[in-house]
Amino acid sequence: MVANANRNAEGIEVSRMMGSKALLEALKREGVKVIFGIPGGAIMPVYDALLDFDIRHILARHEQCAGHMADGYARASGSVGVCMATSGPGATNLVTAIATAYMDSSPIVAITGQVTRNMIGKDGFQEADIVGITTPITKYNYQVMAAKDIPRIVKEAFYIASTGRPGPVLIDLPRDVQTEEDEIPFPKSVKLRGYNPSVEPHPLQVKRAAELLVQAERPMILAGGGIHISRAYEELLALAELLNAPVATTLMGKGCFPENHPLSLGGVGMHGTKEANLLILEADVLLAVGTRFSDRTTGRLTEFCPDAKIIHVDIDAAEIRKNAKVDVPIVADAKKAMKAIRDQILQMASRREPSLWLKRVRELKDQMNAETSLEGDSLRPKSIIKTLRRLLPEDAIVTTEVGQNQMWAFLHFQVIKPRTYITSGGLGTMGFGFPAALGAKVARPDVPVVDIAGDGSFIMTEQDLATSVMEDIPVTVLILNNSVLGMVAQWQRLFYNRRYSHVNLGGIPDFVKLAEAYGARGERAKSLSDLEEAITKAIRSDVTTVIDVPISPEENVFPMVPAGKALKEMIWE
Amino acid sequence: MTESEQLHIIAAIVEHKPGVLYRVSNMFRRRGFNIESITVGPTEEDGLARMTITVKGDEYLVEQVVKQLRKLIDVVKVSRLLSGETVLREMALIKIRTVDAKARTDVVNYVEIFRGRIVDVAHESMTAEITGTPDKIDAFIELMRPFGILEDARTGITALSRGLRSVRVEA
Repeated sequence: MVANANRNAEGIEVSRMMGSKALLEALKREGVKVIFGIPGGAIMPVYDALLDFDIRHILARHEQCAGHMADGYARASGSVGVCMATSGPGATNLVTAIATAYMDSSPIVAITGQVTRNMIGKDGFQEADIVGITTPITKYNYQVMAAKDIPRIVKEAFYIASTGRPGPVLIDLPRDVQTEEDEIPFPKSVKLRGYNPSVEPHPLQVKRAAELLVQAERPMILAGGGIHISRAYEELLALAELLNAPVATTLMGKGCFPENHPLSLGGVGMHGTKEANLLILEADVLLAVGTRFSDRTTGRLTEFCPDAKIIHVDIDAAEIRKNAKVDVPIVADAKKAMKAIRDQILQMASRREPSLWLKRVRELKDQMNAETSLEGDSLRPKSIIKTLRRLLPEDAIVTTEVGQNQMWAFLHFQVIKPRTYITSGGLGTMGFGFPAALGAKVARPDVPVVDIAGDGSFIMTEQDLATSVMEDIPVTVLILNNSVLGMVAQWQRLFYNRRYSHVNLGGIPDFVKLAEAYGARGERAKSLSDLEEAITKAIRSDVTTVIDVPISPEENVFPMVPAGKALKEMIWE
Repeated sequence: MTESEQLHIIAAIVEHKPGVLYRVSNMFRRRGFNIESITVGPTEEDGLARMTITVKGDEYLVEQVVKQLRKLIDVVKVSRLLSGETVLREMALIKIRTVDAKARTDVVNYVEIFRGRIVDVAHESMTAEITGTPDKIDAFIELMRPFGILEDARTGITALSRGLRSVRVEA
């Protein structure tokens, strides 16, 4: 692999090279094919070496976007996404993207340049203590103080980012470490005595869970983002069907269970479906898998599933009882745990058929579907989202921005295939959807990628239209344009007596012209038939298309559970 | 003492390298846990340090603290040390005003009763070294108060479990 490779006393391959080359060689060995980033003074040696490497680099227009692209890439592909920035402002611009990935347990590795070792702590030009800054928002971070440590640290970083509960890892690389030449070892394995991410489900807890589930009259499954992470799709489907238990997902879990399945209730929580929010309160046993019981999912916790026994499966022991009280905790990978529970149930002699419960689930779903079909065909959020769904293939990927657009998508965009719904759930980062769509498209060039956007969010990262055009990453941005910060306006309308404080965006800019200024396509849809035509053209286009869809600023997302209220206090409309 | 004020002792074996104390203390700050005391020092095991952390709180809090500590990559092992099964010690250096010969004699007598040592003597002050449980040190400080305490420094609690039980990391 490397021409002048030798082995050291421990049998580890050693090569003489500069730190910058060692970094890229180590990334290549981790299978990295693409880096999203922006160069700058303190990372220039790496960028110089990059010219000699067969690694694609995508030049973002803002480091935040480079970070979200790496995140979107990771979520669409399941492999680690890599972003790179210079020191100081380059590194601090990554912070929002890193925090976003951390909250949603997404595996990214961020590489930042740093001032030279002798300048650290002296407040030199473009110095920021990025290791200090990112300690609470990374799974782990490093400042590399010798070139010979680079390959080991890269190997550890990828291992930490992608195993257990995944998350972002940052590697801070002083400029003179990049240029330092040394005999550099390339270890093949990782030794971390304080980190053991593989946990087997405890047999006794599995047995207790199985017993609760088979005796349940109204069993229900709450599926979170952990199902996606462990790719436990088949195990979830098999267990739900065996138990005849309806499945509701969290925002992060959306798509881990096909939403066209008779047992699917859609999403639960602040903007969950009526059927999910009503039925979860009736459950007598709740199997919650890969979820941290976020406040947006549970509403007021004291009144969440008051009568249910709760089984909580999570690979992160610190999530058990952090938020919700749990009857049976299982610390394990979701896939292994659900398989173990199912195997245990299959060994049990008698099983209760929850037929009354199933009847209730079916009736409620039918009732809600009947209400939905009364919708007209005007250009309103629900019909816009449903039109998009109808025109997209099942394996198309949608990302969302944050706010009303995200919650309309959560409610109305039916996801059938896993990892095709990408959203900033935990941090709620406006501006996430567009760069995440670009990252997803780089990972999956074979499928259409659409960012379901709002005007307020899109404008936060729209400059990366330049990236999408220059790097040939065609995606579709569908803007539900209400000319306001819609979710804030909705809260002001409902809870602040219509006192609208600083939410008017004035219909600026003209997004069609904006797209065209970047060399992208711009379309405006003033009717559903316009929209159909625009979407159909956009997903076939080889250049990014921005579709501007004007909607009323008075539109609300309903149903809604007001912040701090219990699920049963849901506002229907 | 109510349950919410219960003092818990946690021993953590951590990687002995720069930044680990920051990661641990930052986690406490981030999660809103209060550290009562923390002591850190290298262990005889290669590249490892031992932290003894005391926190006040209920069972929920201490369980969360232990789990969040275990989650840190640089933390290798965490154990709760239960009172009754634990030897715990704190050391204090206390500088006392001793204006006359009687004060000096009294302080020396008290230090002897507490099995401490006088480690520094000047014309108008003495410095005592006291080792023991935090209660014992509190009691000594109370006794010294009438003389006038010029300065005091306490190490915080360090602790080991009794008998063969240990928090050692197996090689």
